[in-house]
Amino acid sequence: MPIQYYIYLSLALFCIGIAGVLTRRNAIIIFMSVELMLNAVNLLLVAFSKMHHAVATAVDKVNNVGTDGQIFVFFVMVVAAAEVSVGLAIIVMMYRNAHSVDVNFLNRLKN
Amino acid sequence: MNVIQVLFWILSAMALVSALMVLLSKNPVHSVLWLVAVFFAISGHYILLNAQFIAIVNLIVYAGAIMVLFLFVIMLMNLNKDTEPQKNIWMKLAGAISAGCLLMILVSLIKQAPELQAKTAMMNEGGIGLIANLGKALFNTYVVPFEISSILFLSAMVGAVVIGKKD
Repeated sequence: MPIQYYIYLSLALFCIGIAGVLTRRNAIIIFMSVELMLNAVNLLLVAFSKMHHAVATAVDKVNNVGTDGQIFVFFVMVVAAAEVSVGLAIIVMMYRNAHSVDVNFLNRLKN
Repeated sequence: MNVIQVLFWILSAMALVSALMVLLSKNPVHSVLWLVAVFFAISGHYILLNAQFIAIVNLIVYAGAIMVLFLFVIMLMNLNKDTEPQKNIWMKLAGAISAGCLLMILVSLIKQAPELQAKTAMMNEGGIGLIANLGKALFNTYVVPFEISSILFLSAMVGAVVIGKKD
């Protein structure tokens, strides 16, 4: 497939995630939109890794060009898993204190 | 149009529709389920690109672990009802318009980029996504970041316990 199709798909997913962060008020939905943006970037990294692999295979039959991109996707997933555990703990604490997950309740620092 | 192209368009449509439904559904539980559908579609894309290790890890970690964590938190807080207070309609419109503007600018930029013309992603062949190659790279070149990520997980676990503790 042409690489542009993958870029357009990833851009559309990323912008849907941005629209979710900007328009929703539920903290959990905002967090899920951030996950959607991370996944769009992961898809683009894998597509680019296969693009570079296709270019290198045309020159040399046996190579492992493009491995770095897929390793990077793996580390993005690792960091996302750690981020989700801490972020959900923060949301649970926020719900315990404010009895709501609406982000507009967070606009005051006092009380 | 061969079978790979048909699968590409089906999976792309599934990913985009599910991603839109994540935003449009009022019930947070439905949003989580639509997000799981997005992750399945993206895993299908990984399999089409012959990135088998990433596809399986995406299914296990995202659709299996992270989304179940989201579901637990939503059901723990009893949020599975349709009571999100309505935001100002102009604020929603402004958010949607700014995201659409960003999408338009980036698409027009990609359309004219000379480096990307006539480049293709290798579909359904090429062995770099297989677990033998990725495992060798992970435990030779990237062994230090791999070990550091375990420390990251330990600190995230301790942080989550400390934040979630009642005091």
